[in-house]
Amino acid sequence: MRHAPIIEPMYQYDQLDQAFVDQRVAEFRDQTRRFLAGELSEDEFKAVRLRNGLYIQRHAPMLRIAIPYGLLSTRQLRKLGDIAQKYDRSFGHFTTRTNLQLNWPKLESVPDILAELATVQMHAIQTSGNCIRNVTADHMAGIATDEVDDPRPYCEIIRQWANLHPEFNYLPRKFKIAVTGSPEDRAASEVHDVGLHLRRDAAGQIGFQVLVGGGLGRTPIIGQVIKDFLPLPDLLSYLDAILRVYNRYGRRDNIHKARIKILVKAVGIAKFRDQVETEWRAAKDISPALEMAQVDRIRAFFKPPAYESLPDSDVTAGREPQFQAWYRYNTRAHKVAGYRAAFVSLKAHGQNPGDISSAQMAAVADLADRVSFGMVRVTHNQNLLLADVKQSELYGVWQELHRLGLAMPNIGTLTDMIACPGLDFCSLANAGTLNVAQQIQKQFDDLDYLYDLGDIEVKMSGCMNACGHHHVGHIGILGVDKHGEEWYQITLGGSVNGFTALGQVIGPSVAQADVASTIERIVDVYRAEREDGERFIETFRRIGVKPFKEGVYAAHSEAA
Amino acid sequence: MRPILKRLDVGSARERREIVHDEWKYVSLGEEGTDLIVPLAELKNWRNHRGRLGVRLAPADQVEDLGDDVKLLSLVAIDFPSAGEGRGFSQARLLRSQRFGFSGELRAVGAGVKQDLLFIMARCGIDAFELAPGQKVEEALRAFQRYTVAYQPAEPLASIQQQRYHVAG
Repeated sequence: MRHAPIIEPMYQYDQLDQAFVDQRVAEFRDQTRRFLAGELSEDEFKAVRLRNGLYIQRHAPMLRIAIPYGLLSTRQLRKLGDIAQKYDRSFGHFTTRTNLQLNWPKLESVPDILAELATVQMHAIQTSGNCIRNVTADHMAGIATDEVDDPRPYCEIIRQWANLHPEFNYLPRKFKIAVTGSPEDRAASEVHDVGLHLRRDAAGQIGFQVLVGGGLGRTPIIGQVIKDFLPLPDLLSYLDAILRVYNRYGRRDNIHKARIKILVKAVGIAKFRDQVETEWRAAKDISPALEMAQVDRIRAFFKPPAYESLPDSDVTAGREPQFQAWYRYNTRAHKVAGYRAAFVSLKAHGQNPGDISSAQMAAVADLADRVSFGMVRVTHNQNLLLADVKQSELYGVWQELHRLGLAMPNIGTLTDMIACPGLDFCSLANAGTLNVAQQIQKQFDDLDYLYDLGDIEVKMSGCMNACGHHHVGHIGILGVDKHGEEWYQITLGGSVNGFTALGQVIGPSVAQADVASTIERIVDVYRAEREDGERFIETFRRIGVKPFKEGVYAAHSEAA
Repeated sequence: MRPILKRLDVGSARERREIVHDEWKYVSLGEEGTDLIVPLAELKNWRNHRGRLGVRLAPADQVEDLGDDVKLLSLVAIDFPSAGEGRGFSQARLLRSQRFGFSGELRAVGAGVKQDLLFIMARCGIDAFELAPGQKVEEALRAFQRYTVAYQPAEPLASIQQQRYHVAG
């Protein structure tokens, strides 16, 4: 008798999908061979290696592995841990696109790594280069209490459409898409090249509000609505139209002005919309509507797991305060009674935000097999999430995560900060981020103090490419190079959840040694000014940047 | 004579490509002959040319500017001057769409016509390739066979979706 294969509640490749990734690996193996044999120039190889996730970095190549919409089976997570151990230094770094970066693979091993990934239905296709990047979604997809519909099936449809799209593989610049299914935007969709918000029309039909032209980087811009309701069957044809207009008219003369946001800004949203709508109507023959059979087939993979019928219960009563704090900060409500979602914090003080060791990956996989239907999610805040944990299991989950060093009860607090790898790894960076992160963790190591400060989002980038999303941090930190020294520009008031706003620069940049103390002065102003129950961002919006400016720079000049 | 890698069996399921010797001449290179490829800006001057007529599109040229002259053309050459220049893919796909209905030879030209791009060029409707200097013909021929599947509806492969949802007839 054959055992039924384990079918995880996620998209499963069929032989066609598998053939595609296998053929992609074979192609890249040949390209790498030709490069090493001197048959492919640096520039020629660059174009193909980037489209397979491979950068040449400061110390070594960096491989960015795609985790489509942040969803991982435990089989895949174990494989990532194994790969990091076998080909790298036994750790990986999760990014704000929910990808995993390996910082030390050998160039000649990358085809083997990609082949191993293909055995668990994974790849690194289009995680870099001027093409359509990994599509991201709300980490609460399918379990949020306020969801219109689960965004993941549409993400998968987009993933397939984007993979080696023959027309859109050499765009003016990179192109990022995010999909959310809830009114609360947990996917930063308004700072994406295209943001898709699931909606229902009056007849109850599924569709999308489409935003275009958002993005961070050197010129941060919030996306604008191009279409208020796009019926689901038109999803790909409309994306085709946006991409075609962008591919034809986006600037290619200046890399810093090549994103779609610059084009939308230059022609204005009204004219851009006209161009897209005209193209869309004229291109029905080459961009056919989605067939519902296709949508239904993919939706079926994301059926809810086999939840038990359980009551909600208070599982914190009588437990130690550490567990109660973890429960409060690191777990979230679930739409199914008796369950909660639990974060695996990758923000322990003393470690680099988003980093995880191979041993931790394996242990989290084991834990998820026991308590969360064998699935793990990556969040754009660089944490992991066990999405479907029985409330009665939470205490055991906490104990295990605590043992693993993954239970730092700081989700949503100041030290749950986003940081790119910075100068230590990235050849684009102007300044270090990891040492600054540790400096901040040290300064704010007292949990009661952190909890008193409440919900504060700190986001840090090592250069203006803004991989760390500093523009939309309540407190944003941007590393800059000042005559060969690492300095940091601070912005306040950025936000991305629910209400997207770009932060304002508070004044001259500060030296590396002063970043944490500057943040301390900023939160001192908040503590002095806040009204009852007011969050940091709310106080900022009420009183503006001026008192913070005074708090930071007055103290500074006194000290000097 | 320039060697051109050309698909010889347009319309049939099995692709067959061979190197053919080019009979076309480029006006921009000062060449003369019966079959002429002219820059888009000069096209209006050649409407009464007695031989076959082709046009060469630069990346910034708009296919819409061909207007009704597209009916006079037996060939459109699309320029891929470098690896990163991607506008030619949209030019090709548009020309093959019903809007333009171009069914003549669609030829990729320029320094970017290298083996690693041939597959996606073909899927945008390009059926002739003036390979960049140094490209090996045998490798180029193999490059079309790298993938047996593709996700997007485009010639010459049926898309994965078509394979999944429609039994091949």
